[in-house]
Amino acid sequence: MSIEVIKPGLASSIQDKGREGKYHLGIPPSGGMDQRSLIAANLLLGNPEGAAVIECALMGPELRFNEARKVVACGAEMTPRVNGEARPLNEVFEVPADATLSFDFVKAGARLYLAIEGGIDVPERLGSRSTYTLGSLGGLNGRNLQAGDVLHILPAHGYATLGRCLPGTLLPEFSKHYQLRVIPGLYAHRLMPESHALFYEEDWSVASEADRIGYRMKGGSPLNFVEREPPFGAGDDPSNIVDACYPIGSIQVPSGSEPIILHRDAVSGGGYAMIGTVISADMDTVGQIQPHQKVRFVEVSLEEALAARVSYQQELERLRQMP
Amino acid sequence: MTKPEIQAPFPGVFYRKSSPDAPVYVEEGQVVQVGDVIGLIEVMKQFVELKAEVSGTLLHFSVDNETVLEAGDVIATMEMNE
Repeated sequence: MSIEVIKPGLASSIQDKGREGKYHLGIPPSGGMDQRSLIAANLLLGNPEGAAVIECALMGPELRFNEARKVVACGAEMTPRVNGEARPLNEVFEVPADATLSFDFVKAGARLYLAIEGGIDVPERLGSRSTYTLGSLGGLNGRNLQAGDVLHILPAHGYATLGRCLPGTLLPEFSKHYQLRVIPGLYAHRLMPESHALFYEEDWSVASEADRIGYRMKGGSPLNFVEREPPFGAGDDPSNIVDACYPIGSIQVPSGSEPIILHRDAVSGGGYAMIGTVISADMDTVGQIQPHQKVRFVEVSLEEALAARVSYQQELERLRQMP
Repeated sequence: MTKPEIQAPFPGVFYRKSSPDAPVYVEEGQVVQVGDVIGLIEVMKQFVELKAEVSGTLLHFSVDNETVLEAGDVIATMEMNE
């Protein structure tokens, strides 16, 4: 069967759990920015948890199904509609043959994950079907969906059950003011102590420049770096360093003005000091923050970050065990 | 006579003109046709044109130039010509 894209939405792309282990070659992991919602959608349908789905940012697409197929939508709150009739989020429903699936305005969260029984059939590139648009790699021709695209769907496996839904305890919680836990470093010593303290004391708001590559923040006080002679190979700006590897989640502050949190389509390295790294357990949350919503950074220790990672993994395990 | 509202289809910053020095796309009270550009919404490094989905008179804007919008916010009210 196949699905025709009538309207693509704002930035809809095919994503799975991503291509790990290629970042040292400059290829970022890509994959769903909210992995938990992507996995939940696949598990609800009985798909392999890493099957390829459509990630829809801020505005849903309009899709026409040429055959009936069961689907589920998890993540951001955009009410699905089949030929205009509302369907629930986080619950398996069927789109009949020749029907149109569309979505309402986003009420909360930023990214919706539409899983289709069987999963989307695009070729694996470097071990993943995820789209990496900067590198024109994976997904459908290495780019976001466009009107007129036709998505081929793998055969239905028959395990999907109408009405199966996420238990209330596993539903996502959205906000307009988020806390993100951060481990300071690797270059936190380059910040003046008062700037280091201010960074964690002020609210930041997400700028319009927030996408799969990175989330730019504004609204906090400018940060000052310690005076120094630029070492050989570093740029002249106080926020510059000799080029280094960028972890996913790392926070750079070019010229001390607007922090950028790198996400799953980020470049792998460069010459800006990273003053901290958002912990892995909070990266799904970053992917659900809308532009202009507020963020407060909270400093945590490595031990706290590891404990948070364990509870994140336990939550994924509860998804895998759900009835 | 119906008065359809134009709502923000996604969150972002609303602009009534294509650049700071350009004239506004549409004045209040002006007649617009389906597909006419009413403004821009900026989000995720994209400027997306907001187009009229009905023909009629654009009665008034509910938000100013450069207002931060949430999805569903009312941007303008139209009056359809019978």
